[in-house]
Amino acid sequence: MATASTEIRVTPVIAAEHGITPEEYARIQQILGRDPNITELGIFSVMWSEHCSYKSSKVHLKRLPTRGKLVVQGPGENAGVVDIGDGLVAAFKIESHNHPSYVEPFQGATTGVGGILRDIFTMGARPIAVLDSLRFGEITPGKNTTEEDATKNRRILDGVVRGIGSYGNCFGVPTVGGEVGFEPCYSQNPLVNALALGTAKKEEIFLAKAKGIGNPVIYVGAKTGRDGIHGASLLASAEFTEESKQKRPNVQVGDPFMEKLLLEACLEAMQTGAVVAIQDMGAAGLTCSTMEMASRGGTGIEIDLAKVPQRETGMTPYEIMLSESQERMLLVAEKGREHQVLAVFKKWGLDAVVVGHVTEGGIARINNNGRVAAEIPAHPLAEEGPLYRRPIATPAPRVETEKDWFASAPEGTNLTANFVKLLASPAIASKRWITEQYDTSVRTNTLAGPGASDAAVVRIKDPKTGAVKRALALSTDGNGRWCQLNPRVGAMHAVAEAARNVAASGARPIAATNCLNFGSPEKPEVMWQFSETIDGLAEACNALGTPITGGNVSFYNETLGKSIYPTPVIGVLGILDDASRVLKIAFRTEGDVIVLFDGSSSSVGAQHAAPPQGIQSSALAREFSSSEYSKTIAGIVAGEPPAIDLAAEKRLQDCLVALAAESAVQSAHDISDGGLAVTIAESCFGFVGAGLAPPALGVNVGLDDAASAESALFGERGARAIISVTASKLAAVLNTARQYNVAAREIGQVIRNGSFRIQYKGRAVIDSTIEILRDAWAHSLERTLTTK
Amino acid sequence: MKFGVVVFPGSNCDHDAFYAIGNVLKKPVEFIWHQSEDLANCDAVILPGGFSYGDYLRTGAIARFSPVMKSVEKFAKTGGMVLGICNGFQILCEAGLLPGAMMRNSGLRFICRHVHIRVEQTDTPFTNAAQKGQILKIPIAHSDGNYNCDEATLADLEKNRQVIFRYATPAGSDDSAGNPNGAVRNIAGVCNRERNVAGLMPHPERAVESALGSADGLVIFRSMIEALVGAAKATA
Repeated sequence: MATASTEIRVTPVIAAEHGITPEEYARIQQILGRDPNITELGIFSVMWSEHCSYKSSKVHLKRLPTRGKLVVQGPGENAGVVDIGDGLVAAFKIESHNHPSYVEPFQGATTGVGGILRDIFTMGARPIAVLDSLRFGEITPGKNTTEEDATKNRRILDGVVRGIGSYGNCFGVPTVGGEVGFEPCYSQNPLVNALALGTAKKEEIFLAKAKGIGNPVIYVGAKTGRDGIHGASLLASAEFTEESKQKRPNVQVGDPFMEKLLLEACLEAMQTGAVVAIQDMGAAGLTCSTMEMASRGGTGIEIDLAKVPQRETGMTPYEIMLSESQERMLLVAEKGREHQVLAVFKKWGLDAVVVGHVTEGGIARINNNGRVAAEIPAHPLAEEGPLYRRPIATPAPRVETEKDWFASAPEGTNLTANFVKLLASPAIASKRWITEQYDTSVRTNTLAGPGASDAAVVRIKDPKTGAVKRALALSTDGNGRWCQLNPRVGAMHAVAEAARNVAASGARPIAATNCLNFGSPEKPEVMWQFSETIDGLAEACNALGTPITGGNVSFYNETLGKSIYPTPVIGVLGILDDASRVLKIAFRTEGDVIVLFDGSSSSVGAQHAAPPQGIQSSALAREFSSSEYSKTIAGIVAGEPPAIDLAAEKRLQDCLVALAAESAVQSAHDISDGGLAVTIAESCFGFVGAGLAPPALGVNVGLDDAASAESALFGERGARAIISVTASKLAAVLNTARQYNVAAREIGQVIRNGSFRIQYKGRAVIDSTIEILRDAWAHSLERTLTTK
Repeated sequence: MKFGVVVFPGSNCDHDAFYAIGNVLKKPVEFIWHQSEDLANCDAVILPGGFSYGDYLRTGAIARFSPVMKSVEKFAKTGGMVLGICNGFQILCEAGLLPGAMMRNSGLRFICRHVHIRVEQTDTPFTNAAQKGQILKIPIAHSDGNYNCDEATLADLEKNRQVIFRYATPAGSDDSAGNPNGAVRNIAGVCNRERNVAGLMPHPERAVESALGSADGLVIFRSMIEALVGAAKATA
């Protein structure tokens, strides 16, 4: 094969610089039957990068449940697809863009959103919602955070939030939810995980499989430049060092306007019936799209790089193949009908060029000005890459004693003051300052935007008639602190909480997507965390009926050798059969009864039965030490996540869905970060988030658990929710709870006078006004973030 | 009676305006492509929200040169009813069909939230079904909604009663507490002197069903429908 004389010769050093190990190099030689040229080496290096090949995670990911009766498309395509009834499907997926967002927060975040949106409309689905799961270092100075760190973290947060807003707002998709968390471990490695949801008609879903020998291959969208070369392989597949800022040129640049045109043009082109297959150019750009389309279709492909629209002159085949310029697509059209496709793109003012065709025999041939620049068998490249069963080392058990755990406050401690502090902590405080920078209402489907319900809820308009029947609910969750303490249990909690949030909006959880953020897979203890996480996810997804339909793995989230907490983020999708029955978190009417639901079977009929005092208190202290309260008030992060009971979670979720269908309750809110007291307070504040004038509602609540006041107020055990109900419907609600074997206990009332009062065993432990609590909760994030 | 919704490259509230008129109010409506100079015999034209041409230069600055805008200008000059929402308002200002210009929001950030606006004038085809002083709860979603103009223009606007909506508190006071973006004198929407062209930054098409948090935007579209019915009767 002819190679240009000016081309760099591939040497072991150059292979190593591409992250190719000697073993992998031998495998390349075996596949090609010769040495690769530099372009081919580049292609192998990106396709076999951790980011694209999942070489360290694949053996574990196989353990996840991916099938279900509603699953139309599981992992392996651009996005997962589930049946949502009436001939419609939902496509959804979550992906990380962590490293670019640290190097260049604004562009990193924009292109993260852009990438996931393309994954959705590549499937033929119109994006209808975006959620973002974000993790930053602490934004206020404290125990492990200097003033300088906090300032830097605020700046990163600001850039990421502006980036997400800038892209989604211009593109015209509402950003309806997600979560934001803060831990010192994310200071050098923030997490930006973006989830997109789209809908389509079931028979109009598109796949990325090249088909039909001789069919033309068409390049559409933005021109190819030198930006983002090796974004995926170098940036996303290696840990950070002091020099990482020099990788800024590796970060891609987003153009949401171009993407909006691409969306409309692609959906319109698909309607012509002349599109056979389509694949977006995301990570590894033209390389990944050509190789994967051919590999999936069992065909070959031949393209001519000279025909690729280019933004710069003098680009080498290596650069063109590896560029990660954004807003580009590759599609295969039906031979003889390509003009129909080209006409649509012309109408939208976009470049669309036939760059090659589908061939027989499985070889991907990349030509450049009449010379062969690369010639690689597509299937072995895409599917027979290296697979690693990386060493796993179970860490030595943490030795902790009572001294390491949270000790209950002495009698007389001002729990109201602690509560105000908790409400004002960045993790708990209202995220309105962030979410108001996102367009949450474009497309006029948002039934519950950020903070209105436990999950984001968007209605589904029939594509033809516009009629509305159903709605979809989505929630993303993941508690890195808990996963650090116990990855398996922490992962189960992530699934349980996301599903519980969906159920608390009234929707039935049906499927999940996951974004697995971890440190270096080359560290055996990280692989242990990963393996444990997969087992936890598998168990929880099976128990809760939410198969994983896609997602991504992000390894190498570490800087200078220090890993982040293992942070699986789970997005759960649910269906609400009647869009008018969304459950929201806000209390509504004076006199409504507040009921605590608890799915734990141990509580049913025996709520006050407690284990022997000594065992109970040490188990409680250990569990409580992993809570948000323990971290915020005592600076203690230790112990174990709360024990999880998946059967109890399932009972509670089924019960909440039934209550929504019966239109029986006034409000519902699950108990999670910050515990019961925060849950009740948020239900009091809910009205502000919904943009209405705040009413002077308050609560009077009495608790009498055998635990301490603090754990009763702030404990984060799962499978629980708070509902409010009109007195006349109380009996019916309690009856439904009984049917689902969920313990339901009246704990108080919604009152008129704006006071917030919780008694523990007859003694007022929190006594404040809604106004004081709301001020702490509503404005603290804004105050912190607008500090320069 | 027929409404036309213009589609610029980058319009992203075109579907929402179409849905509000076609599905909620059940009136005839069609899309008008930006390269068309034919307004398809529409009786009222809506320039929807979005980021026309990406708005990378200045909001609405490129869209105003679209072929369709020539026809919209002609249509407006002959008394045709034109409503610009958000980016549409920005385009109308750039095109000189409405006075004033938009600056970046005073907080320098994109803001999306429900705000309250007060209906200032009811003798326009966009507000005739509303009560003077009526408070409407309607969402905004923009970075550049800080309306401004020179003193003389401002005096003119007030004198000719062209300010048709002002940002207000829920109770109806037009003080700074109700002003989300720094707009001069809390101006949320204005009309031209002839009162047949209007623009506003809030999105009435997003406030047409209580399930979405408010149906207060309906009164604006109902006003337009009433005006069109009235005009049809007058010529019949």
